[in-house]
Amino acid sequence: MSATFVGMPAFPSAARAALADTQLRHNLAHATGTIRDKRARVVAEVEEWEDLRLAGAAVKQSALVDLDRHLVRLEETLTANGATVHWARDAAEANAIVARIARDHDADEVVKVKSMATQEIGLNEALAEEGILAWETDLAELIVQLGDDLPSHILVPAIHRNRAEIREIFLREMAGVGRPAPADLTDEPAVLAGAAREHLREKFLRAKVAVSGANFAVAETGTLVVVESEGNGRMCLTLPEVLVSVVGIEKVVPTWEGLDPLLRLLPRSSTGERMNPYTSTWSGVTPGDGPQEVHVVLLDNGRTRALADDVGRQALRCIRCSACLNVCPVYERVGGHAYGSVYPGPIGAILNPLMKGTGDPQTDSLPYASSLCGACFEVCPVRIDIPEVLVHLRAEVVDGHRGDRVPKAEAAAMAGAAWTLSDARRLAWVEKASGLAGRALTRFGRTRLPGGRAAAGRIPGPGAAAWTGARDLPAPPRESFRAWWRRTDGGRTDHTDTETGEGS
Amino acid sequence: MSAREEILGRVRSALEGVDRTGTVPPAPRVTPVADLVGRFAERVEDYRAVVERCSEADLASRVAAALPAGARVVVPPGLGVEVPGARVDDGLSAAELDALDAVVTEAVVGIAETGTIVLDHGPGQGRRIISLVPDRHVCIVRAAQVVADVPDAIAVLDPARPLTWISGPSATSDIELNRVEGVHGPRVLHVLVVD
Ligand code: SF4
Repeated sequence: MSATFVGMPAFPSAARAALADTQLRHNLAHATGTIRDKRARVVAEVEEWEDLRLAGAAVKQSALVDLDRHLVRLEETLTANGATVHWARDAAEANAIVARIARDHDADEVVKVKSMATQEIGLNEALAEEGILAWETDLAELIVQLGDDLPSHILVPAIHRNRAEIREIFLREMAGVGRPAPADLTDEPAVLAGAAREHLREKFLRAKVAVSGANFAVAETGTLVVVESEGNGRMCLTLPEVLVSVVGIEKVVPTWEGLDPLLRLLPRSSTGERMNPYTSTWSGVTPGDGPQEVHVVLLDNGRTRALADDVGRQALRCIRCSACLNVCPVYERVGGHAYGSVYPGPIGAILNPLMKGTGDPQTDSLPYASSLCGACFEVCPVRIDIPEVLVHLRAEVVDGHRGDRVPKAEAAAMAGAAWTLSDARRLAWVEKASGLAGRALTRFGRTRLPGGRAAAGRIPGPGAAAWTGARDLPAPPRESFRAWWRRTDGGRTDHTDTETGEGS
Repeated sequence: MSAREEILGRVRSALEGVDRTGTVPPAPRVTPVADLVGRFAERVEDYRAVVERCSEADLASRVAAALPAGARVVVPPGLGVEVPGARVDDGLSAAELDALDAVVTEAVVGIAETGTIVLDHGPGQGRRIISLVPDRHVCIVRAAQVVADVPDAIAVLDPARPLTWISGPSATSDIELNRVEGVHGPRVLHVLVVD
């Protein structure tokens, strides 16, 4: 697995660095806000949206619970259509297959359509080691590649860059890898897009080999589908002689009709359009039209691990629309890089641990990168219950640390709570103590929680300090319910507001 | 063990004990609109494409008017309308097509709900490359080809053929989420709806 960005710190430290970058936060807030509004408008237009979600989820789920049968069928139909099917257990195997195909055609470069799967396996780096250059042709990917940067969003990988930064990158970097940007380049989006068009056209016209992913792979008909906006996908899928598509095994859709709810759900959820500008489908080789040599690499790389998880399996329904990123309050503030993976945001927080397994500190920190507010589930076009999977994975992370010599902060805090709650006398004592602390904490509390409740800044004690370092905790009430009951005879003699003394 | 056997084996053991039955509810249909062709024209226009409605008799002159004076034009074999001076595609290379200005094609389906045109690259539509490389695409859609929504299109389309679904001109929203027409595909999409 090379899906974790090398040397990436665990989420909390990465997030702290990202939060300090005000330009980044500004770009993110603008971008996610814009796209959220667009999505909401076009989704509201579809009265049957909830039924459409049910249908979309069911299509993907039916593919997953019968995946072996559909994969065998897909292989059969693709082969009958003239495509060559390869299977790759992991990233290294997939990369080697693509490199071998390029070498067989003496290609020292390939053009690429934006594809999450090829990013996940680190294909560009693997090809570079073999002396093969991989050109990203999606505008955002080009910005990221030229800027020697990392993608930060599934759909808009350069969401963290504004137009002035993009102009700088084009002026500085294009000349080194092909047609230079015009000297009078402005930061008008149309002008920047025009420069990308000129820069990439010479690459499209001479490329012999293209690499793509696929949004869907129809088992019944042996059809691959690529959904895109710019036409760079069409260029790659049409112009070169050889096409290699790296397709995660979870992309299978059983039947041709099954594409229907998905093709209606995806564009509205992702770019907030009724339909994306271009969708291409192809079934193997079409004589005299497009690539005459077509390869499909079916990729596992951890997907079967996710499939084996009864709660987590649903994450494989994901159609990578990125709606969950745009509504996530955590993502909006820290951006994609802090997740340390090509799959950021809420879906990344579950997909990475599911595919890689828990156990390393970076992956283990991801299920905690959420406030469990549930907005991701609400927008997900295939109804992945992300909060449910997050909670499930948190349990797995905690289980994985049982027996550690130094317990995690959370485990210490929870163990303390269990000790206290399991005995009535201890509880009464702690309640009194925390009532005192509550008064102090209300006085010194740094902040107030939504709704105006007082918040405790940090609570004292070794384990607890780490646990509350990034969390707002309501200040404990000054009097416990048990004490209040005793004092007021169950409320019969109570005339005071014990919480804050303010009328409410 | 081959990668194929191993992956299929992992899938099978991951699904051990999983209930494989399960029904897929039919996807809901949109409420039908009375004026399907009108809805189609309106929705194509929303993508900032040029849309005109005309009669079969006017088609040739409308096509000519949609092409800038002196434009070098390519047409597919089997196009149902005469385009004077146009080159009929006989396997032009990408570089040759890059030197041309416009292409005229027909389509196979129009989708009213989403304003989408689908090409299946049969006669009158040509190879995928010819409607991609030139910067202006004039596309003829017949009123009878317009269907209500995506499922209707899927029902009539042949998955064995390569398909190109086109919803407006090439566009990107990659720079600060501003939609900009025209990156790699045709920057002008001119649709003639023939009633
Ligand atoms: S989890 Fe759902 S909302 Fe998030 S990217 Fe995947 S399909 Fe879209």
